[in-house]
Amino acid sequence: MTDVVIIGCGVIGAAAAMELSRYRASVLILERENDVAVGTTKANSAVLHAGYDPKPGTLMARLNVRGNRLAMEYCEALDVPYKRCGSLVLAFSEKEVGTLRELLDRGVKNGVPGLEILTGDEARRREPELADTVLAALWAPTAGIVSPWEMCLAFAETAVKNGAELRLNTEVTGLEKTESGWRVRTNRGDVEARYVVNAAGVESDLVHDMAAHHAFDVKPSRGEYYLLDKAEGNRVGTVVFQCPSERGKGVLVSPTVHGNLIVGPNAEPSAREDISTTAQGLDFVRETAKLSVPGVDFSKSIRNFAGVRANTGHDDFVISVPAPHFVDLAGICSPGLTSAPAIGEYAAELLAGEGLSLEKKEDFVFTRKRIRFQELSPEARAELVAKDPAYGRVICRCETVTEGEIRASFDTPIPPVSVDGVKRRVNAGMGRCQGGFCGPRVVEILSEKLGVAPGEVVKDRAGMKILVNETKGGGENV
Amino acid sequence: MYDLIVVGGGPAGLAAACSAWDSGLRSILIVERDRELGGILNQCIHNGFGLTYFKEELTGPEYAHRFVELLSKTGVEVRTDTMVLEITGDLRIHMTGPETGYRVEEARSVILAMGCRERTRGAIGIPGYRPAGVFTAGAAQRYVNVEGWLPGKRVVILGSGDIGLIMARRMTLEGAKVLACVEVMPYSGGLTRNIVQCLEDYDIPLYLSHTVTDIRGRDRVEQVVVSEVDERRRPIPGTEMVFDCDTLLLSVGLIPENELTQSAGIRIDPRTKGPEVFENMETSLPGVFSCGNVTHVHDLVDFVTQESQRAGAAAAKYVLNGPAAGESIALRNGNGVSYTVPQRVRPENVEKVFNVFFRVNRIFGPSRIVVSAGERELCRFKRDRLAPGEMENITVPVKLLEGVAGEITVSVKEA
Repeated sequence: MTDVVIIGCGVIGAAAAMELSRYRASVLILERENDVAVGTTKANSAVLHAGYDPKPGTLMARLNVRGNRLAMEYCEALDVPYKRCGSLVLAFSEKEVGTLRELLDRGVKNGVPGLEILTGDEARRREPELADTVLAALWAPTAGIVSPWEMCLAFAETAVKNGAELRLNTEVTGLEKTESGWRVRTNRGDVEARYVVNAAGVESDLVHDMAAHHAFDVKPSRGEYYLLDKAEGNRVGTVVFQCPSERGKGVLVSPTVHGNLIVGPNAEPSAREDISTTAQGLDFVRETAKLSVPGVDFSKSIRNFAGVRANTGHDDFVISVPAPHFVDLAGICSPGLTSAPAIGEYAAELLAGEGLSLEKKEDFVFTRKRIRFQELSPEARAELVAKDPAYGRVICRCETVTEGEIRASFDTPIPPVSVDGVKRRVNAGMGRCQGGFCGPRVVEILSEKLGVAPGEVVKDRAGMKILVNETKGGGENV
Repeated sequence: MYDLIVVGGGPAGLAAACSAWDSGLRSILIVERDRELGGILNQCIHNGFGLTYFKEELTGPEYAHRFVELLSKTGVEVRTDTMVLEITGDLRIHMTGPETGYRVEEARSVILAMGCRERTRGAIGIPGYRPAGVFTAGAAQRYVNVEGWLPGKRVVILGSGDIGLIMARRMTLEGAKVLACVEVMPYSGGLTRNIVQCLEDYDIPLYLSHTVTDIRGRDRVEQVVVSEVDERRRPIPGTEMVFDCDTLLLSVGLIPENELTQSAGIRIDPRTKGPEVFENMETSLPGVFSCGNVTHVHDLVDFVTQESQRAGAAAAKYVLNGPAAGESIALRNGNGVSYTVPQRVRPENVEKVFNVFFRVNRIFGPSRIVVSAGERELCRFKRDRLAPGEMENITVPVKLLEGVAGEITVSVKEA
């Protein structure tokens, strides 16, 4: 009997698992896909919001502001790339200047520090590439950027290091109330649990309905993005938003922690699984972004992607206890990534309220470190290569990722099983050639490490096989 | 301290190093990131290489091998499996490799021969899902020819660049069905001989003025949608054709790989996306030369060889005799010309003639190429046909530049 089963290992499930792994309770995370962080977590704006958007008094407001602080603290401790670069919300009309004042007011009520309304010229002094038409801007110094998938990975790895179990490729098909808690039915057998946490992202309403009366619908909203070459990475130094509307926080232009520029998203109703991009959506993103930063050079695009957000139409996250021993961490739309660490904490509180004993482990491990060759000094690189020659061989040219880093990723608590899994762990294939050069080498290493033929190696999800069959004569004879 | 470090051991680097050796340099190092010399030629197992330079038809590996043989008769030092990570303005070369370790070497001169990379789906913004089964043509070529694995069975190819055309034939020979080759421009970007030998011979339809407007399939490519485009290259609604396929190959252009060049502060020409070079392939940083596809994208390796030999000889001259002298004259794009290499010529540094490589920006029938200084025509060259997919090459006597200051223009005039 497991104490807590967490359904879903996106950043919310991972944050909850990490939080619970501080305590003596046993934790089991069930993830439908073959890796963590593969839903909304890997496809969003990668921003740590300051917390002036949510309505004062909501859970969202509280969790956002606390999450912003915790996320940076945790990223620091767990070697996750982040940067507190601040954000600007731009106003292009007097009406929007009014919106900025509202946001400032909300921010102050929510406890966001350092907010300030700048004139257009002040904003342009901070960000010279801003459009001349910017009248004013709300400056939020505590906003930041982060690697969302690495944050999720770091949380999940920490949970696993501290005793949590992660079962991949395990899809929950039903929940049955038992005397002591829940029987969790999955495609790979039943699991008995005292408590269940629903962190199922865009399917969190479906999981909720397995345990309690229907209470909300996830209305998936798809956002499309551009990711631009590092040559555009310095176009702005802060996260540049436009004024939020009822459809979301609008199109942003932001640096990424990897040195690229991210532009997006739009917001369109979509199916839960629809992560396709569209010509119209991308046109909209391009044209809208140009209003903020006219100089963005979209010919430097290296990738488009889309993510689906678990909107519910409510002004708040759906976090509650709708059935005994069952916690919903549902409807986690923006600012879910920022709020994740605080949501994790709150989940533990709610479970404690349901009777879970929270007795701290004394040997809780809260460190994580990985070698990033590209960031080392020449002396450190020389020393590393001398010690392990695999760190001398560059596999991904664009991001300068070495064979040593790729191999080391297989020795982590949650090793990669796909080409994109390697990418999320060490950045190989993330650069301007998008894996054109390193793809075949990564397939080769995966094939060796997983002990399968190259034809069995997948791009990302199970089933995304890259190669079809051996050529005449096969690979042996070449 | 080396006299010369050559960055890249593909066809450009090999020819440059051999030529520098022949010109008298004795302390030369080639740094190659792959495990073998030869660069991308190693995966180009089709024939058609060397017709101009060797007057015979070779495969890519054979062509590379000719130069590896030549190199083995010199004392040029080679480090394979070693990648250059940085070139500083004072010519210190940071490199790393499992055998090499991480080290910094100094050089009196440097030749940039890093080649180019393929444009990707992200660069051209094809909408749709992002399943497995979308490859650049070169990556697919590596899987088939080097790894021995077929990346798909029913194939659509976007772009009619040479690699795409070659892969249309290659995939067909390996038992795949190539359904179509789709080109957004009203003309092919590849060599005519490749259109004939790789598409027409296998009855593969070429759709000009068409592009891919959607990719369907969540895990693996299931369909691609192809639409006709208008004269501004926008898809025309209502012209969609749907192909049931499992693979989309992209042959949508090559980009010179100049991140190292930029790290050294060398000036890049936005037209070629390669370094600006003088008549002897010297870049804006004295002592640094550039040749092959890192300078501008070639369609025939034979011309890469010629250009690289010039760079190698010039690097030797620089080290042995000192920097090149003289005022320079800029070459400008005239009518119909999209770039020229070199971008600048120093007449004092030219013995008799200098070569100009360039590409046209559309198809021309019978025409003349005119080199002029202001209103004054310096020389003209007749051509029956000019196409963007085929690089042009003219040889200009330097004495025609007497009295010319500032700039000359290369243009095309249709007869």
